[in-house]
Amino acid sequence: MNFDDTPQEAAFRAEARAWIAANAPKQYEDELKKASLGRTQLKGANILEVAKAWQKKKAEAGWACLHWPKEYGGRGASPIERMIWQQEEGAFGKLSAMFIIGHGMCGPTMMGYAGEDQKRKYLPPLASGEKIWCQLFSEPAGGSDVAGLRTRAERKGDDWIVNGQKIWTSGAHYSDYGILLTRTDPNVPKHKGLTMFFLDMKVPGVEIKPIKQANGQSEFNEVYFTDVKIPDVQRLGAANDGWNVSLTTLMNERMSIGAGVSTGFPELFEFCNNLMLEDGPAIDDRGVRSKLANWAVKASGLKYTSMRAISALSKGERPGPENSIGKLVAGSMVQDVAAYALDLQGAAGVLSGPEDAEAAGKFQAMLLRAPGTRVEGGTDEIMRNIIAERVLGLPGDIRVDKDVPFNKIPTKGRG
Amino acid sequence: MNFDFSDEQKQLRDEARKFLAEKCPPKTVRTVLEGKQPYDRELWKGLADMGFLGVAIPEAYGGAGAGHLELCVIAEEMGRALAPVPFSSTVYLAAEALLLAGSDAQRQKWLPLVASGEAIGTLALFEGKGNPSPEGIKLSAAGGGLNGVKKPVPDGAIADFAIVAARTGSSGRETDISLFLVDMKAEGVEAKSLINVDPSRGQAELTFRNCKAEPLGRANEGWSIVSQLLDRAAVLMAFEQVGGADRALEMGRDYALDRIAFGRPIGSFQAVKHMLADMYVSATLARSNCYYGAWALSTNASELPEAAAAARISATQAFQHCAKNNIQVHGGMGFTWEFDCHLYYRRSNATALALGSLSYWEDALIDRMRKRNAA
Repeated sequence: MNFDDTPQEAAFRAEARAWIAANAPKQYEDELKKASLGRTQLKGANILEVAKAWQKKKAEAGWACLHWPKEYGGRGASPIERMIWQQEEGAFGKLSAMFIIGHGMCGPTMMGYAGEDQKRKYLPPLASGEKIWCQLFSEPAGGSDVAGLRTRAERKGDDWIVNGQKIWTSGAHYSDYGILLTRTDPNVPKHKGLTMFFLDMKVPGVEIKPIKQANGQSEFNEVYFTDVKIPDVQRLGAANDGWNVSLTTLMNERMSIGAGVSTGFPELFEFCNNLMLEDGPAIDDRGVRSKLANWAVKASGLKYTSMRAISALSKGERPGPENSIGKLVAGSMVQDVAAYALDLQGAAGVLSGPEDAEAAGKFQAMLLRAPGTRVEGGTDEIMRNIIAERVLGLPGDIRVDKDVPFNKIPTKGRG
Repeated sequence: MNFDFSDEQKQLRDEARKFLAEKCPPKTVRTVLEGKQPYDRELWKGLADMGFLGVAIPEAYGGAGAGHLELCVIAEEMGRALAPVPFSSTVYLAAEALLLAGSDAQRQKWLPLVASGEAIGTLALFEGKGNPSPEGIKLSAAGGGLNGVKKPVPDGAIADFAIVAARTGSSGRETDISLFLVDMKAEGVEAKSLINVDPSRGQAELTFRNCKAEPLGRANEGWSIVSQLLDRAAVLMAFEQVGGADRALEMGRDYALDRIAFGRPIGSFQAVKHMLADMYVSATLARSNCYYGAWALSTNASELPEAAAAARISATQAFQHCAKNNIQVHGGMGFTWEFDCHLYYRRSNATALALGSLSYWEDALIDRMRKRNAA
């Protein structure tokens, strides 16, 4: 048991470290380090532009999408090299947030199902961040039950005509392309009538409306499709085989170990270490310590769980299922941590303006953003189902709509 | 990086698991639980023959000289099987104390007997309620003999020797505490078994009246030795707890797959699935914290105090969580004497209190994190 790199890993790390030291946008490092859930901002700069510039620079030097093949703009690196890069990139990795969906999900789906010419055309600019991609799966009527989606695509000659609505599309407003899951046959059970496409987000009939979230920010969108024409050559996989294609996409999401989920613990520890209560420093209070210790071991448990996964990668093995706990643990933890930080502030905890609030309102922003973390990318309940079924081998839910034609499934709960 | 046990260590785990599955089924645990014997002598002898008791004891003292990672592996299996033997008191506490602070003569005398299963040892630290602290130690070592009462002492009634923390000064500082080694055959020490929540393991009261004892380690350094000892034992105990947590989770999972209610396996109901998923989460977090503790223990890293506290807290929570919800998954049958669920429930709550309770380790963890932060 050791934390040492192999000689090859050490050489790779040294090369990555040197390149980052010479090229990273250092002027933003402090702000990026301080960024916490619900708050990533750069003073006097547009984060989208800074992120795109950093991605382009990485791509030119061969440090973008490390695990992708070279001909598609990657480096052909091993999974462990990708992890080492993430460790070395550190806070600058937060600039990759807007590329995660494109690189982690859209790209691999294109690699699996697009034609060779299409891959060579679309993947390199996706890797270099010149083009941003989004994923159009969720709908008002299909969240956790994504196969319940209703957006229709109908064949017309060499094209498909798409009508319907998507929701919770991250970054649709700045995306150039998207992968789109549609219903092409409503007369068969829901999983059997879906088809996947990719499309140019700028074509006529695509309308994007930002969603104003409960916390006041807008990271997601509603996307409306009105008679949008998609050429059949942009179909990914066979018609009506879209569910299987989407599983590839989602599996890739889980394969990527993630740049580390935010728990809020480092922020809370620092806050308690500096906060004075009526009878002394907060961190000397027994109740505070007990809370902190409970969250500390969750945070460290997550950290070492991901190290175990990295070890497996380092040995050329596939990581075990342990890593599936990350989002589930961190999501509700960050919510509890934020609420507790406000509790410690007493009546003043209600203040959230950066000038008046403790810690510049960091925990208030975290608290208001946190409910979303427990829903996005799989709700807590879906994550527990995944653990129970795929890790513990418990039976799947009884699906009453499994063999029912999609257009016969009830759509209303009451009346 | 290899943040995992080696293939040889995993092989040792398989060996230990197989051995314990055969020699320590639940009915063996029950012979001690139901008072038919104070510990399972045959199992104890078997563990010695397998080389498990001396796995981390150097060859010069009759052990296998393997190391602490190997001991972690064995500890996990002992916890999984709820082995009703004085393993933790003898190996994590008494033998480790000798390795940390014993003279060569003391090691020569006792460690080979530990490795061969001929001597049971323990640490007599607590004096009634409260967590480990120098102030809590009143037992006096003035005038050449020990005088006072220790309780609870794990396996105190079956121990052949005990490491005793005693007061040798009155300055109000840590340096008032020194350690002594007592041969339990000596005059002036009397042991009485105490009823406890987990009768598959013994707890005792030791009364010392002018009991002869030899110093262990330097005078006035007793508390510093105890602190190190507790950190080391915390990692090992955490592995026992993770082993128990895993087994309780498996029991719950298996029952949920087999038991039918409302026409379907209860494991298909989300209320049950989610409970089991949460048990898996606790057990996984604890295991990962334990691996870090194992690394720190085996390399004597400066991170050990923090790593040990994290492993201990996480494993205590996981074992308690899995053991109590295992009963819940089993429903009424889980609350019968006949089903084994309560064995895990009892052990989870007893191990939670050994070496200092959860709140003690929470406090310790934050102290240690704060120190690192300030440095």
